[in-house]
Amino acid sequence: MKLTGAQIVVETLIEQGVTDVFGYPGGQVLNLYDAIYEAGDRLNHILTAHEQGAAHAADGYSRATGKVGVVIATSGPGATNLVTGIATAMLDSVPMVAITGNVPQNLIGRDSFQEIDITGITLPITKHNYFIHDVTKLADKIREAFRIAKSGRPGPVLIDIPKDIQTATAEFEPRPVDPPFPQREPSPGKIAEAVELIDRRSRPYIHIGGGVIGSGTWDLVLELADKIDAVIGCTLMGLSAVPTDHPRFLGMQGMHGRYASSMASNDADLIIAIGTRFSDRATGNKEKFAKKARIIHIDADFAEISKNITADIGICGDIAKALREIIDRVHEANHMDWMDHVEDLREREAGFITDGPGVLTPLKIMETVNKYKTAYTPIATDVGQHQMWAAQYIRFQRPRKMISSGGLGTMGFGLGAAIGAAVGTGEHTVLITGDGSFGMNLNELATAVTYRVPVTIVLLNNRTLGMVRQWQTLFFDHHYADTNLDVRKTDFVKLAEAFGAVGLRADTPEEFEAAFEKAIRSPEVTVIDCRVDKDEFVLPMLPPGGAIDDIITEKRGV
Amino acid sequence: MAETKSNKFVIAVYVENKFGVLTRVTSMFTRRGFNIDSLTVGVTESPEYSRITITMSGDGYARAQMLNQLRKLFNVKKVELLEEVDAIERELVLVKIRNDPDKHQRVLAALDIFKAKIINYSVEALCIEVTGTPDKIDALIEMIKPLGIIELCRTGIVALQKGGGSILEQPDIN
Repeated sequence: MKLTGAQIVVETLIEQGVTDVFGYPGGQVLNLYDAIYEAGDRLNHILTAHEQGAAHAADGYSRATGKVGVVIATSGPGATNLVTGIATAMLDSVPMVAITGNVPQNLIGRDSFQEIDITGITLPITKHNYFIHDVTKLADKIREAFRIAKSGRPGPVLIDIPKDIQTATAEFEPRPVDPPFPQREPSPGKIAEAVELIDRRSRPYIHIGGGVIGSGTWDLVLELADKIDAVIGCTLMGLSAVPTDHPRFLGMQGMHGRYASSMASNDADLIIAIGTRFSDRATGNKEKFAKKARIIHIDADFAEISKNITADIGICGDIAKALREIIDRVHEANHMDWMDHVEDLREREAGFITDGPGVLTPLKIMETVNKYKTAYTPIATDVGQHQMWAAQYIRFQRPRKMISSGGLGTMGFGLGAAIGAAVGTGEHTVLITGDGSFGMNLNELATAVTYRVPVTIVLLNNRTLGMVRQWQTLFFDHHYADTNLDVRKTDFVKLAEAFGAVGLRADTPEEFEAAFEKAIRSPEVTVIDCRVDKDEFVLPMLPPGGAIDDIITEKRGV
Repeated sequence: MAETKSNKFVIAVYVENKFGVLTRVTSMFTRRGFNIDSLTVGVTESPEYSRITITMSGDGYARAQMLNQLRKLFNVKKVELLEEVDAIERELVLVKIRNDPDKHQRVLAALDIFKAKIINYSVEALCIEVTGTPDKIDALIEMIKPLGIIELCRTGIVALQKGGGSILEQPDIN
């Protein structure tokens, strides 16, 4: 059948299994939005307050469901507003397709109204991108974009479609969805080396990242850990892959990781890293990272092997296949001494986690969230202290439940992402945020209220940019340069009400529990303004460039 | 990361002959902080592909990263490191020098040694063309510098592997 380019976009999205898209209309996507309008109930479009919110929503949708998130924006500022959202998805390997309009091709290069070279701008922050020159190739390019986005190590792909391509016509026939590109076969030689090394080591630590969630290999990770008697630690991106209460799981490691997890990675004689890039936040000082350990690195992306930490054995390709082969060939092991040592570390850790009675602390907030959330509740965060407290203390039972910007560390990510996660899963979603991050993109309250997206916003309001303040306290002589938000007069309860949401305030643990219980059982969008101390620290802390010996476990300087 | 010895290496890259592909390659250099010494690009035996020849310096870590990051680019078909012993490398230079009759003898001597040609002759200037390895080009330039170089233009290195094979047919190693 003959369709316009705009209709081809919509039909190809539907062909690819897309049911929900996030976006914002504008001059150069009017034709595309007309096609979306005509498609009626076959494609659900969610209008956000800002294109950045739409990009984060598509990202959160993808993280929570595993499907490719889709965002649409117009040319010029619409396209540039996507940039932070696309970069966020890139650094966390989230499959996403961004579609932008552009001026007609006869106006390209003339600095026309709302013309911008978005393929040029997004070159370093996309897995791939396209500028469409020919309407007859439009459908295949969109298909290829989806295939690239979800293959191997996933990532965002942008398609820039000039207006004349949207109005031109071409033949279109729906096609079955292509499977992801085949991955490399893990090298049998490297597998054999890995098996031999694992069999010879007695203090194994499995370090997992977002790649375990992306590749759906959490069960294999647990199977391997059981067979070789290993403990498991993770990066921020690896959270929720393994249930928090699993006896082998020590939690996040690194700069603000759990004490036992960071210490165990330092004491291990073997680190099996899976689907992770050894980010500086996870390793601290690379020269001093895990010096007693040999390292096996398994990743879908061959360029990650020995990029940040030199691997003794690098296995690239299909993570599931690599793990299956290793599990089938390693010998069962029991490492009593190692388990005893890990138990000691856990006991020491328990001693560090202190909490004053009667005061509403971040820890009490997280514990209350744990009490009322279900195994299926997505937890979105913004970036800062609240994010680290959530990473340390929220207990996950199922994968894809931690929705957080790790690599880029995007403040303002959370609300859009929470909306996307709630739309994608149909689950009431909890956003844990801070007054700094929330202030960046709180306009998306309008979106949540408009579409009655079930979101509870737990706002840790310490009237400061807490993470920066913590560094200023520790390393900058208490110079609280531009981090004090006391001077702001924002009333978050009234603000929520102004957007048509419910606003509640909590000054005590009891008030918070009552508010949270009410909010999570309500279909209304609720903002809970939680007053917490501005001098709370995220602990433990590995100072920047520091190693495990430099670990800070007590508040100091305040 | 283990190696720290800095040395020069040549990479041959087959890329799809499409709009914007060269930008993708060079953008990756910037993003990863790689510095390139020379880059040449041109059509190949197959109209679908262009061949980019890149020379750069760096340790083993930089070399491995460069190859891997290039291989990740979607429009890149094939990436091969050309070891100096296995490769034929050539570069072309055009040099314009002052036409000074007093120095003709020295110019002709230089041309003879380097098998260079005068391709343009005017009252004010001579234009010389020479092809050779980068070392040979460097040596020629050194030799004629005292004769008064007005301007010069080097193409950068092009390189092929010795022997009967094509790098397109070789399997990727990783």
